[in-house]
Parts: sequence; C-alpha cells; structure tokens
Amino acid sequence: MSARVGVDIGGTFTDVALEANGALFVAKVLTTHDAPERAILDGLDKVLATAGVGFGDLGLVIHGTTLATNALIERRGAKTALLTTEGFRDVIEMRTESRFEQYDINIELPPPLVSREHRHVAGGRISASGRELLPLDEDAVARFAELAATAYESVAVGFIHAYANPAHERRARDIITERAPHLAVSLSCEVSPQMREFERFNTVCANAFVKPLMASYLARLDEQLKAAGTTCPLVLMHSGGGLIGVEQAIEFPVRLLESGPAGGAIFAADLAMRHGLDRVLSFDMGGTTAKICLIEDGTPKTARTFEVARTTRFKKGSGMPISIPVIEMVEIGAGGGSIARVDTMRQIRVGPQSAGSEPGPAAYGRGGESPTVTDADLLLGLLDPEGFAGGTMTLDTAAAAAAMVRDVGEPLGMDAHTGAIGVKEVVDETMANAARVHAVENGKDLAAFTMIAFGGAAPLHAVRLAQKLGIGRLLVPVGAGVGSAIGFLRAPFAYEAVQGVHVRLSAYDQRALAAAFADLAVEAEKVVKAGAPGATLSRTHKAYMRYRGQGWEIPVDLPDPDLSHEALMELFEAAYVTLFGRALEGIDVEIMTLAVRVASPVPAVEAVAPRRLERAVTGETRREIYDAGAGRTLAAAVVARDVLGPGEGVTGPAIVTERETTTIVPEGAEAVAEDDGSLTITLGDAA
Amino acid sequence: MTALADVHNQVMWNRLISVVEEQALTLVRTAFSASVREAGDLSAGVFDREGRMMAQAVTGTPGHVNSMAAAVGHFIREIGEANIEEGDVYITNDPWLGTGHLHDITFVTPSFRNATLVGFFASTAHVVDVGGRGYGPDAHEVYEEGICIPIMPFAKRGEVDRGLIKIVRANVREPDQLIGDFYSLAACNETGHRRLMDMMDEYGLDGLEALRDFIFENSRAATLDALKAIPHGTAANTMTVDGFGAPVTLAVTLSVGPDGVHADYEGTSPVADRGINVPMIYTTAYTAYGLKCVLAPEIPNNFASLEPFTVSAPEGSILNAVHPAPVAVRHILGHFIPDTVFGALARLMPDVIPAEGAGSLWNIIVSMRPIPGAQAAPGETRQSTEVMMFNSGGSGARPTKDGLSATAFPSGVMAMPVEAIEHTGPLIFWRKEFREGSGGRGRQRGGLGQVVEIGADVGHHFHFNAMFDRVDHPARGREGGEAGAPGRVMLDDGTPMAAKGRQYVPPERRLVLELPGGGGFGPPEERDAELAERDRVRGMTDEG
Repeated sequence: MSARVGVDIGGTFTDVALEANGALFVAKVLTTHDAPERAILDGLDKVLATAGVGFGDLGLVIHGTTLATNALIERRGAKTALLTTEGFRDVIEMRTESRFEQYDINIELPPPLVSREHRHVAGGRISASGRELLPLDEDAVARFAELAATAYESVAVGFIHAYANPAHERRARDIITERAPHLAVSLSCEVSPQMREFERFNTVCANAFVKPLMASYLARLDEQLKAAGTTCPLVLMHSGGGLIGVEQAIEFPVRLLESGPAGGAIFAADLAMRHGLDRVLSFDMGGTTAKICLIEDGTPKTARTFEVARTTRFKKGSGMPISIPVIEMVEIGAGGGSIARVDTMRQIRVGPQSAGSEPGPAAYGRGGESPTVTDADLLLGLLDPEGFAGGTMTLDTAAAAAAMVRDVGEPLGMDAHTGAIGVKEVVDETMANAARVHAVENGKDLAAFTMIAFGGAAPLHAVRLAQKLGIGRLLVPVGAGVGSAIGFLRAPFAYEAVQGVHVRLSAYDQRALAAAFADLAVEAEKVVKAGAPGATLSRTHKAYMRYRGQGWEIPVDLPDPDLSHEALMELFEAAYVTLFGRALEGIDVEIMTLAVRVASPVPAVEAVAPRRLERAVTGETRREIYDAGAGRTLAAAVVARDVLGPGEGVTGPAIVTERETTTIVPEGAEAVAEDDGSLTITLGDAA
Repeated sequence: MTALADVHNQVMWNRLISVVEEQALTLVRTAFSASVREAGDLSAGVFDREGRMMAQAVTGTPGHVNSMAAAVGHFIREIGEANIEEGDVYITNDPWLGTGHLHDITFVTPSFRNATLVGFFASTAHVVDVGGRGYGPDAHEVYEEGICIPIMPFAKRGEVDRGLIKIVRANVREPDQLIGDFYSLAACNETGHRRLMDMMDEYGLDGLEALRDFIFENSRAATLDALKAIPHGTAANTMTVDGFGAPVTLAVTLSVGPDGVHADYEGTSPVADRGINVPMIYTTAYTAYGLKCVLAPEIPNNFASLEPFTVSAPEGSILNAVHPAPVAVRHILGHFIPDTVFGALARLMPDVIPAEGAGSLWNIIVSMRPIPGAQAAPGETRQSTEVMMFNSGGSGARPTKDGLSATAFPSGVMAMPVEAIEHTGPLIFWRKEFREGSGGRGRQRGGLGQVVEIGADVGHHFHFNAMFDRVDHPARGREGGEAGAPGRVMLDDGTPMAAKGRQYVPPERRLVLELPGGGGFGPPEERDAELAERDRVRGMTDEG
C-alpha cells in the first residue's frame, strides 16, 4: 500500500501525519500565515525524511484547513457583491431581527459579510412551490454585471426560493459570465439549496467571499506539491467529514469550513470502530476551546447548519450561520489557556478569554499574569512543573500561585489551592453543562457512552467531566496532539447533497420522493466519483421532518429512498419519540429537506480486543494531586506512558505522563494499555 | 471548609441555570405556537418549597421575568400544601394568577426526593389558540378572549384529568396542538426534576435550603452593590403612545436608593375597553427587565436579585388592569414599559440611557382565504391559512452607538424567514427590507425601521389583525437627537389603514407596513462626518 499523508493547518500549528509501510509518522511545525503552503512543504520534508519515503512515493495528500474559517473571522476575503431579489436587499443584515444577549443595551450585532452598498437587487420572484411569480429582470442583471466587472472580484447570487427553482439564479450567472467572464460567481441554489433565506444567502456570500483566496491558495499548493515531486492527487477534507477533489473544493470552498475539527471527529470515530464502541462522546480540549461530538456506530452526528465566527463569548447567535452538511460539534470557550476571574457575584468564571500560548498561563513565565486553567492544573498537582511539554519547559508554580491568589483567592478569601479547585470545578462544570444540553437536544443518555479524550488538555480534565456526565469508561488514544491530521487518513471520499422540499404526507407521492432522492444521489455521486473513480459507492438517505405547524425539523434516517406512506410515518414517529418522549396524534407530517450521502468504502478496521489489567505498574515516584471526585488530596503514582505494554496499567490514584499530555487516573479507577497503545480508564464506584 | 463548600454551591448554581435552560429548550423544540419557537415566548424556572424562584431560563420574552414567581405562590395556596403529592402536575391560564393573558398556559410540578417535597418546577408557554375571538385586541371583556382554566390539577398522582382535557378540546380551534403543548409543558418540568435529582445525587443533598440561601445571599449582595454604585434620587417620566382608539400615557416615578428601586405608575391612563390592558404581574416583569438592563445586567434572575425592584400602579389604570378587563395583547404596552422607565433613569444617568425605540413589536395575524368561485394559480391549491408574524422596527440610539435596525427591543423575538412563512399558505412577501431614512437623526443615529409588503396569491384575499403602535407617537430622541420616523399602515395604492384591529385587503391589493425607526441621541450636527458619509453610501439615511 502506498504512503498517504494528512495535513491539518491550524491557527498556531500545521500538523502532518504520514502513514507508510504500516507505520505512522507525525510532525508539528509552526503555521506560516503569509503562505500556508510553506509550512506544509516544510512539515512534509520532515516527516518524509523520518520515514525514509520520497514525495514521489506518496499515494494521496489529504488536506484540511482553518484558512477559510479564519478568512471569515478576520473578514479577509475578496471584494464581494451580492445580487439578490428586489425587496430583499437587507436579509443578511436583518438576520433574525433579534439580539443574542438579552440584557446588554450596548450590544453590537455582527456586521454583515457584504455591506449594504455592495448588495444589489434585480426584479423577479419565485414562489414557495417554485412557480415564477415575476420574470427575472434581465436588464437589471446586465447592468449589475457591467458594474461588477470592474468593481468586484467575486459575486454571490441569492434569490428568494431559489432552492425550489434555480432558473433565475442560473440565468443571472449566464448574464454575468457573458459580460464579466473573469468573475467568480457563486449561486445559492448550488452552494446551499435549503430553505431559509438568511442562512442560504449568508452561506453563498461566505462562499463567494473566500473563493478567490482559496482558489489561489489551493492552486499554489497543488503546484508546489508537484514541483516537490508528488504525482498523486491532492484532496480536501470537508466539514461533513469526507474527502473531495481539489476542483470541488475550489468551486465550493465554504465546504472546507471546520474541516480540521471534522478530522478530529473522524479520528475518534475510527478509534470507536477499532475498539468496538458503538456510543462515543469525543472530547477534544486544546489551549483555547473544547469540542464535543456525539459518535454512534462509528458515525459522528451531522447537522445541516452551523455558526462560524461567533463574536461574543461563543454565544449562539453572535456569529454567522452557514447551511451546509457538517459534523455537529459543540464548541466551548474552555481550554488550558482560558483565564479565570471573579465576577460581581463573587463567582469564579473561566474563559472564554484565553491567554493562548503567548503570553500564555502565568506558569509559563512569558509575561502572562492572569491565572488560567493550566495554572490551576499545576497547583492541583496534575501537571509536573519539570516535565511539561516533554521536559522542554519548566512551569513556575510560584507565579501560578501568585496569579491565582491575586485574581481568585483574595476576592473570595481562599488560598491558591482552593482557588485552583474552584477554577477546575467551574471549567469542568461548564463543559459538562454544554455536553449535557447537547445530549438532551439529541435525546441521548450519556451514561451509556464511552468518552474518547484527545487534544493537549483533555486527558487532564476528561475523568472529572466523565464523572459529572455519569460516564464510566474513557479511552485516551496515542497521537492525541495531531488527531485531526490522523483523522484525515481515515476519512472516506464522501459528499452529502441536500435539497429543500415541501412534501406533506397527507398528499404523499412515493414515486416523486424516490425520484428526488435519485437526483440528489446523482449529484453527490458526481462529486465522489471525481475523487474516487471506480470505487463501489454507498448511499445513505435522510429526510428532515416535522409535524405541520412546528418550526424545527428532526432528522430521520431512511433505510431506503423508496418508502410507503406508512413506513415513512413509522420512521418519523420513532425518531420523534426518541427525541421528545411521545408522538402526537391527528397532525399532518411534512418533509422539508432531503439529504443523500454518497461515500467510498472505508477500509475495514483492525479490531482491538479489550485488555484486562494484567499487571499494575506502581511507579517509583509519587505526587500529591487533588482528586475532585474524592474531594481530597491524594498521593498518586507517577508512571510514564511509554513503559506500559499491552495489558499493563495503573490503579488510581495515578498520573500517566507522556510528552504531549498527562492523563489523570483518580482513586477507585484503573487504566490499562490496549494493544494499539490507547489507555482505557474504567471509573470505579468511587466516581 | 466553607471556601470549598462555596465552590460546590457555585457549581450547583450554574447547574441549576443549565437545568432550567434545558427545560426551556425542550419546550421550544416541541411547541406548536410560533410565538414560543420563534419569539421564545415561554418561561421555565425552579423554585424552593415556599415558591421562591431560585433560577429562571433567559428566554425571548422579558415579560416572563419572575412572572411565574407569584404564580407558584398562588398554586401552593390554592392546592393547599397538604394536598401536594408526588406525581401531581398543576395548570392554569388565569391572567391574574398566571402570566397576564389567557394564551399563556402555566404548568407547575412539585419535585419530591425520598417522598419529601424539595421544590417546584414551573413552565409557561404561549399557545396557538384558547378559543374565544382568537388572538387580537378586539375583545371588550376577558370572557371573549377564550377559555379560562383556574388553578387545578392537570394530573393527580400521575393520573391525567380526562374531564379537563375534554372541556378544553371542546372550546378551542386547534385541540390537538393545544393538548400537545400541555404534554410538552408537563414533560419539560419532568426533565428539570430528573436533572435536579442527578445533581442532588452527585453532591449528596437531601434538600435545597443551603443552596438556596447561597444563591439568594450572593444575588442580593451583588444587586445591592450595583445599586450603591449609581446616582440616587427620584425621577419621573411620561411617554404617550397610540393605544387603541385613544392615546395612552404611561407615567412613572422612580425612587432609586441604595436598598432598592421603586417604580410607581401613578398618573398612567385608565384601562381601555379593548384588549391592550396590562395585568400588574406583566407590568412588574417589564419594569424589572428595564431596570436590570441598566443597573444589574449580569446578575441572574431569582427571588433575591429581583426583590429590590418593586412596582406599584393604581388599580384600574391600564398598567394594573383588573378582572374582567380584556388583556389578550397586553404585550403592546408592556413593550413600552422599558422605554418609559429609561426616560426616568436618563435624568439620573444621562450618559448611559438609549433614546426611545420602536418598542412594541409589529405583530400581525394574516387570515388568507380563497375567493369564492375563483381559481388558484396553476399547480396551486385553494387554501385557508392563519399566520402570525413578528416584525421589528428600529431601536433607540445609544450614547456611544447607533440604534439597531429592524431589531426587537425589549422583546427578544426572532422573525420567521419569509421562505418559511410562504410555505404555510398562499401569501407572498413582495418586500421586507430596511426603511431608508427612518432612523432618528443624531450624533448617534436611531435604528432603521423596515418596510413589509404582503399580498395574496392568485385566487385569494385576506383579512389581517393589526397590533401596531407608534404611528401617531414616534420614538423620541434624547439629548438633542431627533425622533425616529413614525409608522405607517396602508395599501399599495396609498389607502390608509388602521394600526389596530381586524381589516380587509381586497384581491389585487397589497398591504404595506412601514415600521417606525428609533430615536437619535445627541445633536445631529455633531455626527461624525465619516459615519454620515457611510450612511449615505449605504442608503441608510436618504428616504428612498
């Protein structure tokens, strides 16, 4: 099998994971923001040299990146115009006509991606059923095209109900392209053919906004990879957790948003399958944020819409909605660098402000003066001041204590240690609350789940989080620091095509629905076949349904696109009961969106049989740690992770150390190393 | 180790807030009423055994701030402490015992732990229909506004009262949806109860007293700290708005001291003979909201944080309407209460308070009907539809920032997407965008209103029920800022229409709503030249 490499560009680091000759090689280099491809080539050089593999031996380069996300956050994109339906010029600025923060009279709403002077209108109107109410004003479109030819680099077209009938948008593109062939044109009916104009228009604007930037970046990367000697295709990870070819990525760059975190979820899903875990909560905690994702039967939960670039404390509604298929993740402003303070109610608050890596936590001694989660972890004995980052850094306990006393201890009359207990409890509770609400929204009981914890800070906090959620089993994999890049290597070629519809079950036409699904499958297959020619493709079908009169649809997995009225009804009711406890009587049901996912096969995973703890390693040193579950300080054994062979492990209280992170095993729990190096932690009754 | 106990109490306080948010979320996702799911017109909270509120979800409607607090007390008295048993669920929609109009159904569920009562969960949702005339301002007495369910058990020891369900079903237009909402309310209280039990297990609690004391002490102390830091004194304000048929004057006198703020509405107009009257509980809620926005925005709502804010209004005034006054659309005047209070606060803290805004939401109910004998468009069907919609004007300019355009304040309503509304029936929006030039001029500009143009599809015509204000009384500017544009209601041929009540739009005609803008702040000539130019380029200021 030829070598494959995954490359994840993050805000600080570019991670590279190479799989060659059955072995995994990883590298971490600093991201080069001015020309991100430089870091990629640099990282590839390193990892290929280590593995003794040449560029020409690579069979596939898989890339995921936050570049598109960052361009949206920093508003660094093309000069973009929106052409929209006359009478609807302000849809993306009026948003939902509400404030995301109820009590803030000085609230600032996020500015629209395309400001008003760049939003142009043309007459023409399609109805909800797709009927033409008013013909397209082609002269107005032509006038716009003349202007756009010189004034803009990229154009978004978003007309009302274009998902139901794309004719006007397509005609507008023809007219624009005829007069301004150099302009990039994005259509809402192609980028996001879903009902709800604010989300769809914003999504097409986002696509147009990042398109020229991403196109030139991907072309440069492709070129330099070829110049370096690769002969294999470059493919991209998308937000839905699958791979697409570079041409599709250039056309629909909005699909690349959040591709890094999606890789992390795929990484966890792959582990779940190897370890035979059918219900998993993935928990990825880094320096600034924590991300939580539900994974069942090896499949991460997906959604049709998400929000990027939140401007205020990660608050729902403070960002911009993007309606594309996405792996659904809850993001919390809680990481190792999150800053703790005391508010007006004398309550400890943690995050979302982060000290990041510069200046970093007080303990880093790089000028950070605020107490952070990492400082709390250090004060509680969970981190070794001498062994941080594989011994490359020494943490300053006195500085951490001083910061903790000044900002938390003194206002509350606590010592540094108690302040640290408070900070850790608060951050763990915040994450637990977010996970709990997410589980409720999805009708899941987390007690039956296993947690997979990765990212630098996760293994330090995973156990307490699990205790709060009633989760009894955790898995801490190896390679946790570059999980996303490894996840890229495990992803199939896959694409989800989505279409807004309006079908009432009281007037249900089985053949029409099957035909609509078939059209979507053709669209999705076209994309997947471009990346994976000749592969045997699988299809999965989903309908988003609701009782007539409700405002939310629920996803219903369909075993087959050709279903009778009764079968559909039964599936919907079962899904409704799972979410809300009871079905309703006497109310019509409607389908609002169809989705078809087409995917290439994923190679069968090698099952990892669970190990029992055959030999407990006691370790030579002990450290005092605060065990929040037990509510007291205990002497914990300190054991290096790399001395644990399969079947070996520790009984709590213990600390398992490694270069990238530290895993806490509390009193009453045990951890055992599996055959693939993962640690399984089983919490005892004491939890 | 009291410091550590404090940490645990704090974590549990956070958990309680998360629990009630979960409770609210469950309701939003299962409710049928547009005003619950789009406007967040619901409430969820947890109470101690005496009925004092410990935590409440932040939802879209400040009208519910603490409004269930009095309600839970009424339930305890009415049912009788000795009769409260495990498995019971109680119900009411009495405007004066619940939350101010019949459309709000309140459910209260006692929470038992090891056979001992530890507290209550309560929730309220605005439902689709309660019979009567239907939702609107036209009634002369509350009896016309729908069925009234007194405080009574919905379920007794787990047994649902079938008789109650039968009577309710026989009196409303959408019985399946309403009963569906009943069960949603009961279920969300049950969710809250289960989460509370999990928390009490985790921390080994038998009762909530210690946690309650911690929450109340910290909230009270924080609120009093905030009150100490502001200028004290007495300040009055009056604001006149359109009302229904005759203008309504809202008058308030605030007494701001270090121990509390009292708002007295002496001088306010008497009750009207239409359903715009406001029961005291709702006046109290919006007053507390307006005061808290300015004085203590960060402190979560509970019994102790709200206790320092007291309210009185003369009985029989429009802000203290008594039975059987009609109260269905009490939100119209309710939405003006924060601006009324702000006007008084501005005399004490002029650099902090925004100008007046559009205030009341422009809610409209559109009733589409097929024209007898007429054909629908090819491929479409003839159908009747009732749609309720929310539209927002501009908010007032802030001392350092422009007002928000087409954004609700004080309500937290979310507008439904046009595409979603058009899926519900044969109505077509021809326009929904900013109303250029409608923001009051000032150093900081008032937020813009919006223009909405609605027509019927081929073969249909419609009635609409208007609940609009600020047509005759625009939002005033502050500190030299100018007033926002007043609202206008008309047909597309210029025929003026009334701002309140049910009216007819003939086929081929469209209804045009021009929503009011917010007032400006500071003299217009002091406006930054760059901002003025930006407004011009964006077409925000030139009346188009």
